[in-house]
Amino acid sequence: MEYKDILAQLYEELASFTHGRVAVDEETELAGQLDLDSLQIMNLLLFIEDRFDISIPVSILPDIKTVKDLAIQVEKLIQSSEA
Amino acid sequence: MGIFDKFQNLAATRQQLEALGINPFGVQIEKIISPTEGVIHGRPTILAGTNNYLGLTFDPDCIAAARTALEHEGTGTTGSRMANGSYSGHRKLEQEIAGFYGKSDGIVFSTGYQANLGMLSALAGPDDVVLLDADCHASIYDGCRLGGAEIIRFRHNNPEDLAKRMRRLGKRAADALILVEGIYSMLGDRAPLKEIVDVKREFGGYLMIDEAHSLGVLGEKGCGLVEELGLLDDADFIVGTFSKSLGGAGGFCVSSVPELELIRYSSRPYIFTASPSPATIASTRCALHKLEAGTHLRRRLHDNAQRLHDGLSALGYKLGAPPSPVIAVVIDGVAEALQFWNNLLQRGVYVNLMLPPATPDGVSLIRCSLSAAHTTEQIDAVCAAFAELRAQA
Repeated sequence: MEYKDILAQLYEELASFTHGRVAVDEETELAGQLDLDSLQIMNLLLFIEDRFDISIPVSILPDIKTVKDLAIQVEKLIQSSEA
Repeated sequence: MGIFDKFQNLAATRQQLEALGINPFGVQIEKIISPTEGVIHGRPTILAGTNNYLGLTFDPDCIAAARTALEHEGTGTTGSRMANGSYSGHRKLEQEIAGFYGKSDGIVFSTGYQANLGMLSALAGPDDVVLLDADCHASIYDGCRLGGAEIIRFRHNNPEDLAKRMRRLGKRAADALILVEGIYSMLGDRAPLKEIVDVKREFGGYLMIDEAHSLGVLGEKGCGLVEELGLLDDADFIVGTFSKSLGGAGGFCVSSVPELELIRYSSRPYIFTASPSPATIASTRCALHKLEAGTHLRRRLHDNAQRLHDGLSALGYKLGAPPSPVIAVVIDGVAEALQFWNNLLQRGVYVNLMLPPATPDGVSLIRCSLSAAHTTEQIDAVCAAFAELRAQA
């Protein structure tokens, strides 16, 4: 799956999570701009894991600040699961 | 950014609480009268949030055992187990708690928190993967982080979700460590342990169950959920605490894996901590013997839990789980929960306030914990306080 496809699917998932109240782009910060606390972010990841059929380790959470960070991690995990 | 800047949000919250004259996280019990009654803010108060499930903190035999140990072995060990802090009582307790569970050996830690920290940090290293229930206690998360393992959460009490994640691991699933709790501390709900064990049987891996809130509460002998469901042999590691049902302090892990002794010597939270005091060990051993001797305390505990659950249900409160010694009342809104908690305290009822993000799904909870030592009159008084607040809502 290509990066832009991952990003498009993340936008869909985030829109349902934020009920479309906030415009989301690659630079949107999950905690700062979407006002998600740590628990909400972890719960969001459960849905993203299902969508891409991957498991996202909790330990990479500190590396995920923006939507772009999340997309990069999802891309890596998809690639490693296909390897 | 300054070193203290990270505390700004916390400081703002604290200021708001101070303005309201409420500090739910700094309550001082000025005088302890019994396992279920104290004095708070000068007022006699029913203690319904202490996890003192069997009410053994004032048991005369446990107190006598502690007193004897205090007089003969001193106030403290002044050192860690691996240095000068291993007394015969520590090892005896390890053998007794292992025997209680039918496991070959055990390790005693200085707290329940350290039991998880000590076991998981040693067992689950950077090349290992752990799958933990999303609602697992902070000590489980912290232990996994300390060890550096790859941590994967699965949806709370959802064996299908666990199976999905085990499938994704492929061959790694055979060595994965699955972590669940017998009774979850926030809502008081139980793990679907049989179904979790089925997943383990299908994919392989190891199972660690934390019975902190179910030791002394569930099972014919009081071992916990593993015993109640006949799954003791399927639990590779059982951890728990002495600070709840056994009325002491400390934690443990029991297991029949031959490597347990090696884990002991690899566990930094075990190696670099002072061991429990002789009095603590003595009262814990006495409480464990009492637990093994009879079931009447457990029956009283469950009767009390059922009575409060029935009472609160009848009042129309939304409760977190079926009856268990932990009964969580869901309150809409943080401010409302804060006020509710304070109103209960002013009516002489002490319970726990649990707020997001520490709670499942971001709910606010008024968390009660029952004791075998609660009288029927005390349970009814707690219900009456809830009823009064219901009438005012």
